[in-house]
Amino acid sequence: MGSVGAKEVPVLLSPEGLRIDGRKLDELRAIRLQVGTLHNADGSAFVEWGANKVMAAVYGPREVHPRHLQQNNKAVIQCKYNMAAFAVDERKRPGLDRRSQEISKVIGEAFESVVFAEEYPRTSIDIYIEVLQANAGTRCAGLVAASLALADAGIPMVDLLPAVAVGKVAGKIALDLKKEEDNFGEADLPMALVPQSGRLVLLQMEGHMTEEELSRALDLGVQGCREIYEKMKRALRERYSTGPVGGSS
Amino acid sequence: MKPGPGTYRTGGKVYASVLGLLSERPPLVSVIPLSGRYIPKPADVVIGTVTDVQGTFWLLDIGAPRWAPLHMTGTPWQVEIGETDRFLRVGDAVVVQVESLEATGRIGVTMNGEGLGKLEGGTIVRISPARIPRVVGRNGSMIATIRQHTGAEVVVGQNGRVWVGGSPEAIHRVSEVLRIIEANAQHSGLTERVESYLLATMPTDVRGSEPPPVEHAHRDAPPRVLDSAEPDEEAVDAEDDTPNTIEPGEQ
Repeated sequence: MGSVGAKEVPVLLSPEGLRIDGRKLDELRAIRLQVGTLHNADGSAFVEWGANKVMAAVYGPREVHPRHLQQNNKAVIQCKYNMAAFAVDERKRPGLDRRSQEISKVIGEAFESVVFAEEYPRTSIDIYIEVLQANAGTRCAGLVAASLALADAGIPMVDLLPAVAVGKVAGKIALDLKKEEDNFGEADLPMALVPQSGRLVLLQMEGHMTEEELSRALDLGVQGCREIYEKMKRALRERYSTGPVGGSS
Repeated sequence: MKPGPGTYRTGGKVYASVLGLLSERPPLVSVIPLSGRYIPKPADVVIGTVTDVQGTFWLLDIGAPRWAPLHMTGTPWQVEIGETDRFLRVGDAVVVQVESLEATGRIGVTMNGEGLGKLEGGTIVRISPARIPRVVGRNGSMIATIRQHTGAEVVVGQNGRVWVGGSPEAIHRVSEVLRIIEANAQHSGLTERVESYLLATMPTDVRGSEPPPVEHAHRDAPPRVLDSAEPDEEAVDAEDDTPNTIEPGEQ
């Protein structure tokens, strides 16, 4: 969003079918996942996804604040997505805005459908997502980070929640858009998958696609989610592997 | 096999719902969590801080999902209604025992019992509740080593909070040791490692002379450690991880 220096649309797809950063149409950006990065939180994770950098912290189950949100039969899930003022080229006005409220809501609702909230009545599970650097796809990166943080916090869930966006770039369906592709592409379709059941618990769309394109985009997204799912499992195993003896002392 | 704690069943298969270690004890399959908040068990001795004072009870933060009410009748004191704040105020630290767990999630605690009471001074160090068995050690070997070499008073709560009293120097060394234990809990030979750290950091003026035995009459809660009933120790070494995610289990 915002004005990008160049007036004209960059070449998004080369004649050889490669994208602006040299990726193939069904290729993800580089992803690095780190679990347990914050000491104070009950669970945390840091995600670097392309040029995105996102930190997630989970607290809870704990007492509900404000009190009136408390539910007698289950835990409430409160999600706060926030983008740092320095996360984008042109300073983002800090604080709540419509965009961050919307993203907080859809991510929170995605987790409501996988967390076994009934196990902790009258409590709150608080998810904080901080975007430190943004380059398209931050809601998906945030969701992945939050999902790892929830697992790290020992919160019972149906499954991890991998997420990815599919878009339409220069007339072609492409996986995991980066900023230029998002800005100048024709469509953007973020989604989150429950691998265990194959259900999608987050699905939004901006732009235009034909019915046929949409169905191909969904297939591609699900495939991308499964790839990310494997990376997420690996990141969690790494955190608790016995690893080389050493460290402090 | 039936789905036990940390699992759920759907479509005739059992899946893990938390990140942890697989445990198969017929007829139950369960997953022992590796992380997470403290989940209270009856008879656990825990360390809490007062978060709210009401007419007849105090609310304690014991690191559990809910605050635990400590009723005035659950104390060794003669408390009049409305005079609860003469005994404990917000921020005070106490050692209590989990007495009851209700389906609503309410956690009842008591201060009546040996080793329970108010904690004066000192510092509370927080570590993961899953690491507490390592702090205690086999038959309390680790905690005995720590006490012997630092001269500090140490009270271990099953909720991952450790109260340390004594000289600032002793408190600092115990905090460091706890940090080492937390970071290296999955390694063997931890007691030896802690011992060598403590010997290496022994303050010069005390070196040679044995630290005095820990006996403090002024405190109503003598240092006391409840060994956890858990079969921990090697559990983390087992490395047969059922990493949180789905592990299609047997029927």
